[in-house]
Amino acid sequence: MLTTLFYILSAITLATAFLTILSKNPIHSAIYLVLCFFSIAGHYLMFNAQFLAIVHIIVYSGAIMILMLFTIMLMNLNKEDEQNKSALTRIAAVLSFCLVAFVLLATFVKAQPVINEYKVSGQDYQSIKVLGQVLLNEYMVPFEFASVLLLVSMIGAVLLSKKEHINS
Amino acid sequence: MEQSIIIEKSIFIVVIFAITMLMAMYATLAERKVAAWLQDRIGPNRAGKGGILQPLADGLKLFAKEEFFPNTPNKFLFVAGPAISMSTALMTSAVIPWGDKLHLFGRDIILQATDINVAMLYIFGVLSVGVYGIMIGGWASNNKFSLMSAMRASSQMISYEVAMGLAIIALIMMTGTLSLREISAQQAGMNWNVFYQPVGFLIFLVCSFAETNRTPFDLAECEAELIGGYHTEYSSMKMGFYLFAEYASMFISSTILAVLYFGGYNYPGIEWATENWGVNAANIIGIGVLFAKICFFIFFYMWVRWTIPRFRYDQLMRLGWQMLIPLAIANIIITGIVILLTQ
Repeated sequence: MLTTLFYILSAITLATAFLTILSKNPIHSAIYLVLCFFSIAGHYLMFNAQFLAIVHIIVYSGAIMILMLFTIMLMNLNKEDEQNKSALTRIAAVLSFCLVAFVLLATFVKAQPVINEYKVSGQDYQSIKVLGQVLLNEYMVPFEFASVLLLVSMIGAVLLSKKEHINS
Repeated sequence: MEQSIIIEKSIFIVVIFAITMLMAMYATLAERKVAAWLQDRIGPNRAGKGGILQPLADGLKLFAKEEFFPNTPNKFLFVAGPAISMSTALMTSAVIPWGDKLHLFGRDIILQATDINVAMLYIFGVLSVGVYGIMIGGWASNNKFSLMSAMRASSQMISYEVAMGLAIIALIMMTGTLSLREISAQQAGMNWNVFYQPVGFLIFLVCSFAETNRTPFDLAECEAELIGGYHTEYSSMKMGFYLFAEYASMFISSTILAVLYFGGYNYPGIEWATENWGVNAANIIGIGVLFAKICFFIFFYMWVRWTIPRFRYDQLMRLGWQMLIPLAIANIIITGIVILLTQ
């Protein structure tokens, strides 16, 4: 039962991910990406990670993709406006993607799943209380770093929009 | 055992669906009656006694209208728009505790479709996905005014979601749980959260007006500027779905307000009723009390609609970002200090 569900979800994830890249209309690709995010949330649910699944939907589908759609709809992208990228840019893009994929693969192969420790300790590892304690005790420093990063990017965005305002 | 749970839950879900639909249907009639009452008119009174069959007549009319498709290359997305709006408006009801429990056929029946431990976040997830219905529908209409309206609606919903979430964080800090069932249970007696979180309640109330696209924040449907709003190009039941979704989400947000801040199914003397009249009677009264609270909030929505004129767009954004969000953050800090001091 779960295996079939996994295959169906994976098929949806992969298909929508490919359609995101392949479809000509930018709005269609954005909508395919939203579907892709939903199926990834489904994968999280299969791990019984309710919190992660819901937060994934809120942050990616509910906030980021809506803003993305917003911009694409307002930009009014036409085929005529689209300029072809030079061969050098394309090769550079493929190369940098391969490097990122290499790093990700390396980390995942080497990674030790921590979840077994929580299973052994008998805690309800999907409850938010346990998650909060783990985040703020064991992973305190990376968690704070992430929040500082978000703050910095937010201030940067505000600064950029202010600057444009003065110039015009 | 497994099967009986599935059957029980499916019956429950169908009943909730039917009740939501019925409430949304009669909310349309109630809206017209309240409008008439506030403007010193009589209101619809031809179909049935006192206009009681008016929603049925309206539905029949919408079904019988011509299906019109604008000249758009996105027929599928055009149909998907109202469908997404309607389904997200109905999905939230899954986590709401309509009552404590009933004792029927020798077993306890929990009056909630599912009790997940991230219920509050689930509601926010569904709310944020609900924007897609309006956005996709408005864009696929291939009409400038629809697109403008969809943009307004979605930017307004995104902006007010932030303040809403911050208002809820103060509540969650106080209750220490995200499960609506536990939040309801904690408010037993007269320990309603509204007495402890009045500012949070006000922010949540204002934001829920914006989330449901109701006056004074219904800029998406500003006739004078935008013809009819994001559903300009829609006709027949697709248009009906958009309108219906608004009433369904009004019902759901009234329910959330009642559950989070006004004690849900709790009423003073629920323990006395359980002891003297039994679990079933006490809980049926509880459901009745919850629905009375919901009806009050639905009436409140209508009352505000026919009292306060529409905001201007810049006023709306200023209210959201410069007043409600700082207020909500201050509320969080004060709640945190009070929790620290009283612990």
